[in-house]
Amino acid sequence: MDLEFGEKYETLRAQARDFARSSWPLQGDEAKLPEREQGILWKERAIAAGFLHRTVPAAYGGGGLEPDVLAETVIRQELDEAGVPHRGSMQGTHMLVPTLLECGTEEQRQAYIRPTLTGVMRWCQGYSEPGSGSDLASLQSRAVVDGDEWVINGQKIWTTQATEAEMMFGLFRTEPDAPKHGGISYLLLSMDTPGIDPRPLQMMQGGLDFCEVFFNDVRIPAANIVGKRGEGWKVSRSTLKHERMLIGDSTGSRKSFEGLLELARNTPRDGRPAIEDPHIRQRIAELEGYVTAREWAVARIISAVAQNDDMKVMDDMLMAKIASTNVTQMTAKIAIDLLGDLGLEEPSGDAIVMGYGGTDAASWVSQYMTSLSGAIAGGSSNIQRNIIGERLYGLPRDRRPEGH
Amino acid sequence: MDFTLTEEQELLQETVRGFVANESPATAVREIFDGERSAKPALWKGLVEMGIAGLTVPETHGGAGLDLLDAALASEVLGHFAVPVPFLEHTLTVTALIEGGGSEQQSHWLPRLANGDALGTVALGEGEDTWQPTHWTARFENDVVTGTKRYVPAAEKAGVFVVGIAGGGLALVDASAAGVTVEPMPTVDRGRPLFTVHFENAAATELASAAAQRVLDAGLVLLAADSFGAADRLIRMTADYANTREQFGQVLAQFQGMKHQIADMAVDVVPTRGMWWYAAHAFDQKMAGAGRAAALAKSHVTDRAQQTARQAVECHGGIGFTWECDVQIWFKRVMQDRLLFGTPERLRENIAATGGW
Ligand SMILES: Cc1cc2nc3c(=O)[nH]c(=O)nc-3n(C[C@H](O)[C@H](O)[C@H](O)COP(=O)(O)OP(=O)(O)OC[C@H]3O[C@@H](n4cnc5c(N)ncnc54)[C@H](O)[C@@H]3O)c2cc1C
Repeated sequence: MDLEFGEKYETLRAQARDFARSSWPLQGDEAKLPEREQGILWKERAIAAGFLHRTVPAAYGGGGLEPDVLAETVIRQELDEAGVPHRGSMQGTHMLVPTLLECGTEEQRQAYIRPTLTGVMRWCQGYSEPGSGSDLASLQSRAVVDGDEWVINGQKIWTTQATEAEMMFGLFRTEPDAPKHGGISYLLLSMDTPGIDPRPLQMMQGGLDFCEVFFNDVRIPAANIVGKRGEGWKVSRSTLKHERMLIGDSTGSRKSFEGLLELARNTPRDGRPAIEDPHIRQRIAELEGYVTAREWAVARIISAVAQNDDMKVMDDMLMAKIASTNVTQMTAKIAIDLLGDLGLEEPSGDAIVMGYGGTDAASWVSQYMTSLSGAIAGGSSNIQRNIIGERLYGLPRDRRPEGH
Repeated sequence: MDFTLTEEQELLQETVRGFVANESPATAVREIFDGERSAKPALWKGLVEMGIAGLTVPETHGGAGLDLLDAALASEVLGHFAVPVPFLEHTLTVTALIEGGGSEQQSHWLPRLANGDALGTVALGEGEDTWQPTHWTARFENDVVTGTKRYVPAAEKAGVFVVGIAGGGLALVDASAAGVTVEPMPTVDRGRPLFTVHFENAAATELASAAAQRVLDAGLVLLAADSFGAADRLIRMTADYANTREQFGQVLAQFQGMKHQIADMAVDVVPTRGMWWYAAHAFDQKMAGAGRAAALAKSHVTDRAQQTARQAVECHGGIGFTWECDVQIWFKRVMQDRLLFGTPERLRENIAATGGW
């Protein structure tokens, strides 16, 4: 056991820090560009300097380096610390790009990966439907071939960022006679194709981050399929093979823990800061137990992955999502109790956030609600419990009706 | 950065596991709980022969010269099998001597502790949750100790006591000294009995007082590791039971309520492994904040383990509620781990105070 990163990585860390500090914020005329364009400029430079998307092949716009989880960790720590716009969208850089690298054609990789990495091309994920959530493979939106085009009809829902995104990757039923999982294809759509109609849905905290998306005879090129017809389910799961996805990240939970401490310091209770209240201290100290456990679980995963020993940490990997959802929710619950009657005030404007949004009261009210999303989106907590029980403890799969 | 165990550390765990799985099956622990006999001396003797008693004793004094992390890894295995041996108290005696002993004290006791000739134990708390050095009232004056210590593990077999004294220091008392009386007390974990010990002008030598906090910190780490091992075992016992017991024409595990209860137990406990690894490592490296890490690990892991133990009883139904069912053995193991050396609540007071808030 050695918690030092060592000279090689410390050198890299120093370089990442220097780069982050000298490259951001943008200067002069560049600083006057719209926020999004500044982000794109910065990302282009960070990729060129080898600090972003390092392992994506250079031919597709990445750094072309060998995977090195320790290098990625020190770099991410420094970029986080410096507050640069390095975080891409989950959908584009974490889901679509690995999928194309695994299953895409050369043309698809050439066309989509580079602009996705820089943020020029944004993606939304068209999976869920009104009747198909956890049981995603029951989805009904269909695509049929007509000449050299797919014609799509149906509806998606809960599609995050559908109004901003230039593109969608989605799952559509293309083989209606095949069994459930075998009748789906993975298609790529430009969001300005006629017949696509995204309509924002309001979230419980007031935000408009997700949409329902209607498809009415939407025609896209037949070539816009990833993998073969009927293989969409497999394609959509292929990225799961990259277990690195399961490493998780504990920076967020430490950051919001610190935000909670700040809130407890600034919230008066009977004329004294709430943080002096013994009961509050107990709750926060107990929470710190969970936060710390997450941090060392992540460190354990990172170290094992760096040594190609992923199997040894499969338990922590399979628990990463639900454990982090739980910590996020516990933090928000303490925050709302600290706020007391301030929690009655409806958040508006910038305080309508997804996730941890800062130490002000209204952002915490948002977070009290949006911390629930982790238990629903991307494989609900109950689905995680099934996976944990079945894969780690040999418990039987649920009995399902025939065909499911 | 390498937050993994070395091959030697994995081998250490395997070796201990191999031995205790054979020599300390649940049936043997059960005989102790049923009052049919106390722990087989061969069990501790066998561990001593494997070098477990001297794990952290420096090589110059006949030990293996290993770290607290290694001892914690052994604790995990001992907790997993609920092995009824005085490993915690013995190892902490070694810690007290290493951290606070003069060369004479060390060369007298460490070799005896390493080869198992003497068993060491720690007499710290005085009842009513007085585990912190600032709480201790036993008087040490003119080379004798006077006071009463409670919940002292393995006192009846101990050859040497590390005694917490007023002012927050430690004294060393040979168990054969005049004025030492050991009184059994009924305690829940029959595998690791606790005693009340009276010291009445018992001859003693002082240890450097800085050792006191280190002994406690090491104890917190070992208790966290032990309860982690026990909780892991409880989850597996529960999964096995749920996979065999049938109701409504199917195994219990087929019911999702049951499957999810077991998954939640696991999500509570399993991610805490790195926490006590780190606390042990921080102790070994004398890192800033090592004591706080130990308190975080002990309070968190034992709390989660206790909750898991309660769920394990529930998941076993009526049988889980009986003396006859082995779940009670691990339940009580975890209970003792959680309450010894301070409740989570008391530890969290320190966590808050030392966190700068
Ligand atoms: C903030 C947010 C963003 C999202 N973004 C996107 C997106 O960009 N693209 C997209 O395609 N989708 C997105 N989703 C949708 C998300 O993937 C689905 O909500 C999720 O898959 C759950 O499906 P559902 O909502 O239909 O709930 P259901 O599947 O109906 O589940 C309802 C409840 O039943 C439980 N349940 C379901 N099945 C089981 C079972 N087998 N055993 C036990 N319990 C079960 C669930 O745990 C849940 O508590 C988003 C959702 C949220 C909340």
